[in-house]
Amino acid sequence: MANMLANIFGSSPVRPLEKHIDLAFRCAKKLRPFVAAVIDKDHERMAEVRGQIETLEHEADNMKKEIRLHMPKSLFMPVPREDLLELLLVQDKIANRTKDVSGVIMGRKMSIPEPIADKFLEFVDSNIDAAKQARKSVRELDELFTAGFRGAEVDLVTDLIEELDQIETKTDEQQTKLRSALFDIEKTLDPIDAIFLYEVIALTGEIADMAERVGRRLELLLSH
Amino acid sequence: MDAQLVYIGLAAAFGLFMAWGIGANDVANAMATSVGSKALTIKQAILVAAIFEFAGAVLAGGEVTSTIRKGIVDTGPIAGEPQLLIYGMLAALLAAGTWLLIASRNGWPVSTTHSIVGAIVGFAAVGIGVEAVQWGKVGTIVMSWVVSPLTAGFIAYLIYRSVQKLILSQEDPLAKAKRYVPVYIFLAAFTITLVTILKGLKHVGLTISLRDSYILAIAIAVGIAMLGALFISRIEADPKAEKKQHFVTVERVFGILMVVTACGMAFAHGSNDVANAIGPLAAVVSIATTGEIGAKSALPIWVLALGGGGIVVGLATFGRHVIATVGKKITQLTPSRGFAAELAAATTIVIASGTGIPISTTHTLVGAVLGVGMARGIEAIDLRVVARILVSWVVTIPAGAFLAILFFFLFRAVLP
Repeated sequence: MANMLANIFGSSPVRPLEKHIDLAFRCAKKLRPFVAAVIDKDHERMAEVRGQIETLEHEADNMKKEIRLHMPKSLFMPVPREDLLELLLVQDKIANRTKDVSGVIMGRKMSIPEPIADKFLEFVDSNIDAAKQARKSVRELDELFTAGFRGAEVDLVTDLIEELDQIETKTDEQQTKLRSALFDIEKTLDPIDAIFLYEVIALTGEIADMAERVGRRLELLLSH
Repeated sequence: MDAQLVYIGLAAAFGLFMAWGIGANDVANAMATSVGSKALTIKQAILVAAIFEFAGAVLAGGEVTSTIRKGIVDTGPIAGEPQLLIYGMLAALLAAGTWLLIASRNGWPVSTTHSIVGAIVGFAAVGIGVEAVQWGKVGTIVMSWVVSPLTAGFIAYLIYRSVQKLILSQEDPLAKAKRYVPVYIFLAAFTITLVTILKGLKHVGLTISLRDSYILAIAIAVGIAMLGALFISRIEADPKAEKKQHFVTVERVFGILMVVTACGMAFAHGSNDVANAIGPLAAVVSIATTGEIGAKSALPIWVLALGGGGIVVGLATFGRHVIATVGKKITQLTPSRGFAAELAAATTIVIASGTGIPISTTHTLVGAVLGVGMARGIEAIDLRVVARILVSWVVTIPAGAFLAILFFFLFRAVLP
């Protein structure tokens, strides 16, 4: 009977969600050294970073499952459980896409042609920035819960999400430029390699897309 | 005379056991919120609980004790056989104690109050006769078990909403917290002091006029609020530890407030729950010493002190461990939320104590926590557990009654 009071508290999903986005971001961040190694054709380093990406993605995945297990339908929370689960899902996709990009490059033993190397790296950086901004926004979750999703804290998070949108728009622009740069040299490439380069660019861009969707999900929470 | 001593001895032993159990288990719920939110260390919590539980029991525990002692059983039909009431009260104590033991072994969330009231009604209805139960009074008590968590929940909701509006949702929550928290301290101290003065003190032989009561309560509350404000003014934001909104420091400000509400909660708990242990004991002592049921003997102060002391011993022996365990599990109840729950529960309980209604402290606190949850203050509440509490709420009464009936017939056959 002593635990009557203790047990009415379900396990809070807030800190775990913050930890999860942290894992997802750290995973995405690894794309920078990975792509740098691809450009340098440093196969040993590529394999090493690819291993790190896989580990982080796996950790994020496990954490996602763990959080889901601790969010039974009987939980009464200030925001709908479905919205939190959706948020978790898109957070996880940041790590998934990172793994996909590195997977395609590794699997096809791809290289990134010199003329587009700089633009490619910049593009990767912006995507990582988007993931970082998503992390910064999600890290405000506990403050949001403390403030009861009202007032000044909501404005603060709204600003963060706006910044996130701007970063995502920037990655879109860079993506267009990168594609046209690739188009300029595609005749010099092996056709299949060229097709997969387009594919990898699209996949990389999805990291920022997912980060932006994290922002959308957070916004939904704010509107409750 | 020997039989009398046996009765008093047995009742004192059972009552002490019950008080010990309340101290070991129940108090933890009242104090763990403060420990969980790190407003108090375990040592401080035990000290606060010991002082205020004892004070609550002795200063304001009289009304509820008197209800348990003579408000539930109509002694008219058994005026000629006073020993029946002695057997019954002994049986009720033993039944409630046993049931609590079984329940805590199995982790069932049961209430001390529900089991003792169930036990008394049980032995009276079956052992003496259905007409021996003051059903009107019992009805009021049972109604209060529904009303008290609802009331506490509603008050907690209002308090927490005001905290959100005045402090947490503002641009600079820290400055707002420093300004408004002393006001909350005043309100907490004022409510609890006033109800105690108005309703409790006459049992210790003090009578204070209504006007003086208000003046005294305001004076005490202002003093405590000023002391609180002094501590609060010493709190500085640690810019390294947190982000722009300074919520971590804000919670430290609320921590001061929570020390006050924790005292109030311990006091309220002592004032209401001590009766569960000593109400039946008081009845036995009164009958055994005077030899009759209707005697208008005052409640001996040693009985209240025994109850208060038993609670403190329970707290010191097992309570420490329980507080630590519960405290660890309720970290979601940060000081800003915890104080709202505690203040709402303490207010409800103290008012009930003043009116002489035995209510469940823990259920009231659970109601208050749910109220904070309704104000979107709690990150996650497990509704399955809330449902389980509701079930045990209902089951405890017949369980206590059944055991009490069993022990009643046993005592009647065995005791002189």
